[in-house]
Amino acid sequence: MKMECKHVWEHISGYLDKELDAELLAAVERHLESCEVCSAILDSTRNILVLTADDRTYELPVGYSERLHERLAAMIGETEDQS
Amino acid sequence: MKTAATTNEAALIQRVLAGETELFYQLIRPYERLVYVTIFAILKNEAEAEDGAQETMISAFRNLKSFRGEAKFSTWLVTIAMNEARKRLRKTKTVAEDSLDDGMEDVEGDFTPAVLTDWREIPLEALERKELKEKLQEAVRILPEKYREVFVLRDIEELNQEETAAALGINVTLVKVRLHRARMMLQKLLVPYLKTQAPRRGGLLRRWFQ
Repeated sequence: MKMECKHVWEHISGYLDKELDAELLAAVERHLESCEVCSAILDSTRNILVLTADDRTYELPVGYSERLHERLAAMIGETEDQS
Repeated sequence: MKTAATTNEAALIQRVLAGETELFYQLIRPYERLVYVTIFAILKNEAEAEDGAQETMISAFRNLKSFRGEAKFSTWLVTIAMNEARKRLRKTKTVAEDSLDDGMEDVEGDFTPAVLTDWREIPLEALERKELKEKLQEAVRILPEKYREVFVLRDIEELNQEETAAALGINVTLVKVRLHRARMMLQKLLVPYLKTQAPRRGGLLRRWFQ
C-alpha cells in the first residue's frame, strides 16, 4: 500500500498515540522512511506534545495550595456552623 | 478491578460525608494541580484560574454526596473544573465570538499541518526556553473551545480517551477527531517558533521520548 503525504497527515495523531492497526502502521512507517516532509511534521508535532507534557510548562502559583486550603477551611467552617 | 487508590478514595469520601471533613484535604491533594492547570490552560489567567480552582473544590465538597463512583473521582473533578472554566470564559467573551462557536462540528476548515522545508529537530535547550512555553500556552488558548478542551484533557492532563469523553460528555470517536485537529492546528501555529539554526543532534529527542 503506497500512501500519499496528505493521507499520512490524517494519521499523525493516531500514530503518536500508537492506535494504528498493523497494516496502516506499516504503510505509514514505510512512507516516513522516505519522506522528509512528513517526518518533519511528525517530529514537530511530537515535540509539541513533549513540551506540553512538561510539568514546568504549567507551573502552579506560589502559595496556591495554602490559599486553597484556607478558603476551603473557611467554607467548611461556615457550613458546619450552620448545621 | 478497582485499584488500591480507588478503594482508598472511596473510603475517604465516605468518611468525609460521615463528618470527618478534615479528610477532604487529603482526598483532593493529588488533584490540586490537575484542577488548576485544566482551568489555567483554558483561561490563561493566573488569578482567574486560582479562583476557579478554589470554586471547583468548594463545589466538589458541597456536592460530594452526589458523586456516585461510576466515574473516577478525578474525572468528576475535571468535569466540575471544566464547567467552571467555561462559565468564566463565557463571562469574558463577547456575544459575537460566542456565535462563532456554536457547538457544531466543523467539517470544513484547515486541519492540515504546516509543511516544513528546512526543519531541524529542536534541541532540548530550545524546549527549555520560557518564550517557547509562552507561545505554546498562547497557541492553546486561541484554539477554538471544543478543540482546546480535548487537548487540555488529553495532552496536558494526560487523561485517557474514555476519561476525556466522560468529562466532556462526548463520545470517544469525537475525542480522537478533535484531538487530531487540535494537534494539527498547534503544529501550524507553533512551527515558526520551533525552527532553529542549531545543528542536528542525531535524533536525541526522539530517542528520549520513546
